[in-house]
Amino acid sequence: MDFTFDSEQNDLREAVRGLLERAYSDSETRRKVAANDPGFDEKTWSRLAEMGLLGLPFAEEHGGMGAGPIEVAIVAEEIGRVIAPEPFIEAVVLAGGLIAAVGTDEQKGELLAAIAEGTTVPAFAHAEIGTRWSASAAAVTATQAGDDWTLSGVKEPVPAGARADVLVVSAVIDGGTGLFLVQGDAAGLTRTGYRTHDGTRAANVRFDGTPATLLGTGGDQTAAIERALAEARIAYSHEAIGAMDTALRTTAEYLKTRKQFGVTLNRFQALTFRAADMYVSLELARSAALWASMVLDAGGDVVSAADRARLQTSRAGRHIGKEAIQLHGGIGVTAEYSVGHYTSRLTAIDHLLGDGDFAVARLARTVGDRATIDPLGAPYAV
Amino acid sequence: MRLQLSPELEAFREEMRTFFTTQVPKEIRDKVAAHRHVSKDEYVEAQRALNAAGLAVPHWPVEWGGRDWSPLQRHIWREEMQLAGVPEPLAFNTSMIGPVIAAFGNQEQKERFLAKTANLDIWWCQGFSEPDAGSDLASLRTTAVRDGDDWVVNGQKTWTTLGQHADWIFCLVRTDPTAEKKQRGISMLVFPMDTPGVTLRPIELIDGGFEVNEVFFEDVRVPAENLIGEENRGWDYAKFLLGNERVGIARVGATKKMLAQAKDYAREITVDGRPLLEDPFMARRIAEVENELVALELTALRVVANSADGKPHPASSVLKLKGSELQQAATELLVDIAGPLSLASFAEEGSDVPDWARVATPHYLNYRKVSIYGGSNEVQRTIIAGTILGL
Repeated sequence: MDFTFDSEQNDLREAVRGLLERAYSDSETRRKVAANDPGFDEKTWSRLAEMGLLGLPFAEEHGGMGAGPIEVAIVAEEIGRVIAPEPFIEAVVLAGGLIAAVGTDEQKGELLAAIAEGTTVPAFAHAEIGTRWSASAAAVTATQAGDDWTLSGVKEPVPAGARADVLVVSAVIDGGTGLFLVQGDAAGLTRTGYRTHDGTRAANVRFDGTPATLLGTGGDQTAAIERALAEARIAYSHEAIGAMDTALRTTAEYLKTRKQFGVTLNRFQALTFRAADMYVSLELARSAALWASMVLDAGGDVVSAADRARLQTSRAGRHIGKEAIQLHGGIGVTAEYSVGHYTSRLTAIDHLLGDGDFAVARLARTVGDRATIDPLGAPYAV
Repeated sequence: MRLQLSPELEAFREEMRTFFTTQVPKEIRDKVAAHRHVSKDEYVEAQRALNAAGLAVPHWPVEWGGRDWSPLQRHIWREEMQLAGVPEPLAFNTSMIGPVIAAFGNQEQKERFLAKTANLDIWWCQGFSEPDAGSDLASLRTTAVRDGDDWVVNGQKTWTTLGQHADWIFCLVRTDPTAEKKQRGISMLVFPMDTPGVTLRPIELIDGGFEVNEVFFEDVRVPAENLIGEENRGWDYAKFLLGNERVGIARVGATKKMLAQAKDYAREITVDGRPLLEDPFMARRIAEVENELVALELTALRVVANSADGKPHPASSVLKLKGSELQQAATELLVDIAGPLSLASFAEEGSDVPDWARVATPHYLNYRKVSIYGGSNEVQRTIIAGTILGL
């Protein structure tokens, strides 16, 4: 058992932090970038590609870096520290992760290298109106005619869906949920993008007899989707840790400088105690997120570990996000000040792939299976 | 980053588990698990069994019985002990006065006290808090005035846990009332509880039990050789000791055991024909506490891995704060699972209410103490805000 980062991991963190701090040196820069489509900075995306980060988890033979979950966690946390709007988790971890997990060798060879180079941005079109956080599809159906497939139905909201060059789409097939690739310029594909409250982008994606290619060799992919969602939930947990860390540091700094009644706010115990509670929430959540990445690395039960990380980071994110604004006062609710944007992003993270209530409901179903939970034992460490 | 314990640590954990579950009498462990009162003789028997195997004071210097273990080994030792329901070695002896004497006492004091302290041949109690000196410990007023070869002690201590069993007391006393800083005029004295002038009055707690006491000193003569360390340096020793007190205070193993019990009992209680454990709200409540406990355990592991230099990690305040809250949450769960059965707190023979439901509420009420002792949770928040957040 070892909770320390090695020197290469520390170097990676320094490099990513340097790049992102240059790109988003103040919150005004992020606001400007987020104001215009595609909602992120294509130049920063290219720099992430140059550093190898867009192929970080992919195998070297497919143009990737062959790095593990801890490295992905480091990048996600650094993104969260400045709430960079670049869709690293959406494109690389989730959509790219699905291609890497179920794609044919040919699909992997073609797509993963292009994702890693930054020339192809993929997105996972999965969410549907009327259901939530499920691993299966219901509203988009796939129809087969000979070797050809077409998709019909609506996916929404699809994060980064309007900008994506290629979509990985889940759709109902006989006997479950299949995965398909749809090109951005496919016939019968209509995409309507919009801004989301956290400054990123999502889209309504409409399929009307849209030609699609099977991702992989076909069949029910519900288990692969469940696993990919779990990996992305862990990555989002790390992004949330980075965002919470900045929100807390910003708040502590504000308490030390803002004066009322002739003294700085840190003279008021009613405020400092609340900041202390935010620190407790953050450190417990950090432990859970780090551990979930270690479980992923060790080949343990990643779905359950992701639920545990998500539950802890969701509760912490709500606590820290709300308190960060309250401890600032009115300035915290303004768009020109940074801290409210962190709260907005934490709120978005909570609802992308499942919030704390969702996670605890899933954990509750098996709560009686084991007398005690050993985070260093089965089913997490194998 | 690696999740698995090394094979050596896995073997160590197994060795601890086997020892605790086979070499400490089951009747004693069952009593601890059932949250029943453990007698003085049982405490002594359990600690002597541990000490005979070198497991009572592993964190002490090796020459006085310590084991030179890593912080992670000590963590595993403590967790396994709690999971097995072994009464932990008396904190006043092993975490408090023992390490202080080992670090600051003279050779004669070490030889006189340490072996007997490890073996619980001497039962120590703590004379720190006073009626007007709780969280603000440095404002204590008990005095010791030098008279020839003796110190003469006058004053009152309170919240002296298990003082009714104690042979000796270690006591913070004011030896220099003129010191500019109140912390600088305090010394540490040790003396037998049967010294003339010492009287003890038990305090009944809301659970009906007696575990704390008031201790009064009236012209108590203490030989000068019973001063520990240097005169007027007692505050430093107290801080050293309270730092030790915070280590292991998360009590993850003990809370885990309570949650395991909560699941068992929630199977015994039926709601609308189904086990309470299958009630979605109850299942979520247990799952939520259990998840926080996992996060706390992992945080404790992060803290122990980073406190190898012997100094407590600043985040150890997180362990005290959240550890006490989760202990209290678990005791509250047990009361709520017992429901109406929890009213039978003091039932004796002739009641059909199971034992666990009888003790649930007294245990819950008693455990309000855990967020107060060892530096109240408000003191911990002050430490976090000050030393970690710089506020």
